[in-house]
Amino acid sequence: MFELLSFGPNGWGGQLLGGAAMTVAVSLSSFALGLVFGSLGASAKLSRNVVLNGLAEVYTTIVRGVPELLVIYLLFFGGGGIVMAIGRVFGYEGYIELNAFTVGVVSVGLISGAYSTEVIRGAVQAVPHGQIEAARACGMSRWLILRRILVPQTMRYALPGLGNVWQLTLKDTALISVTALAEIMRVAHVAAGSTRQPFLFYTTAAALYLVLTTVSTAAFERAERRANRGVRRA
Amino acid sequence: MNWELMWDSVPTLLGGIPVTLELVGLALLFGAAVAFAAALLRLSGNPVAERLMAAYVFVFRGTPLLVQIFLIYYGLGQFEAVRGSFLWTFLREPFWCAILALTLNTGAYTSEILRGAILSVPQGQIEAARACGMSRTLLFRRIVLPIAIRQMLPAYGNEVILMVKASSLASTITLLEITGIARKIIAQTFAVFEIFIVAGSIYLLLNFLASRLIRYAEWRMTPYLRARG
Repeated sequence: MFELLSFGPNGWGGQLLGGAAMTVAVSLSSFALGLVFGSLGASAKLSRNVVLNGLAEVYTTIVRGVPELLVIYLLFFGGGGIVMAIGRVFGYEGYIELNAFTVGVVSVGLISGAYSTEVIRGAVQAVPHGQIEAARACGMSRWLILRRILVPQTMRYALPGLGNVWQLTLKDTALISVTALAEIMRVAHVAAGSTRQPFLFYTTAAALYLVLTTVSTAAFERAERRANRGVRRA
Repeated sequence: MNWELMWDSVPTLLGGIPVTLELVGLALLFGAAVAFAAALLRLSGNPVAERLMAAYVFVFRGTPLLVQIFLIYYGLGQFEAVRGSFLWTFLREPFWCAILALTLNTGAYTSEILRGAILSVPQGQIEAARACGMSRTLLFRRIVLPIAIRQMLPAYGNEVILMVKASSLASTITLLEITGIARKIIAQTFAVFEIFIVAGSIYLLLNFLASRLIRYAEWRMTPYLRARG
């Protein structure tokens, strides 16, 4: 039985590890993209512009209220169409096909971004207003306040929430196995089909995910300790 | 946009609501029982039971739901012992496999919510009940549980919405609930956006109703917070 998990010619060990690497790559890229969407969404929600407020509200409501699988189907089946429509605007008439990695990263990034938006918005609002007033009193420009006062503190407040978003993102990447991208779930599915040992391979997949979530929990705990090293504890 | 096709898909997609609601309702019902047992065992003081329940929660919160569904649907059928037993009448049906996976998943998350809520019951309330001479069970039934349930409702509301969304994964094991039907129509017509809009709206509506229901339950359970009219 364990020969099937080995790295030999009959083993799936190599593919499974490759799948784990792919899962990590997709998760990191989606999480990073999600942070971009999240920062944009949070600044839109906090701005005084009614249109931006509404757009961000629509984005987070739809993406958080609709199943992740539907969002992935939307981009998997419709993503090429969107890109081609944009291409046509710029006068490109050819056929564009998106690869599974791009589709996966964009769809999970969109989902991750909706949750990050709320986390970042909460963190920005948690920065005491007196700090911003003090910075203004020191004569700092808006940009300088953002860079020196708001962003460093927001990062500290957002860290626990972003840890949760990271776990969600990591687990959501399992869903893009429906696009046949060779991440953990897809490899396990193929291996289970060709060896008729589904229990073995799905258990292995579960174990790989557990390793990833455990390691990242520990990493976020360390990061939080580091971020809070200057904070007095009660 | 193909408005006609979009309009035609509405009744077909609405037809998926019963299956989705059955999945969510049954999973929440069984999941509540699992969560209750798991939370009590976790707080029982018995080190073996505590470890076991901590491991259960760790595994089900640390792995994607899709793995859990596939493990139960494809994985368990691999064993002759399972196929020979009476359990096979349930486990060969994708519906019951989905229910089992969703139940164990929500059970793990809900048990943590419940555990936190039980731990948050003010010590003074428990002392007062003890001073009145209540037994352990009476104290739990009359004081701890009502306060804990009230306390956990907002977090439980999130869990209900997560479950409505999670039920869409049942489509990966051939169940035709809303997402399964949506996928089928998309494959036949390639009308991705139209179907996404209709199916997405149905889910948004379900989630809106679920959050309203929880809000109402919260309102019912906190009469003392309302202004006296």
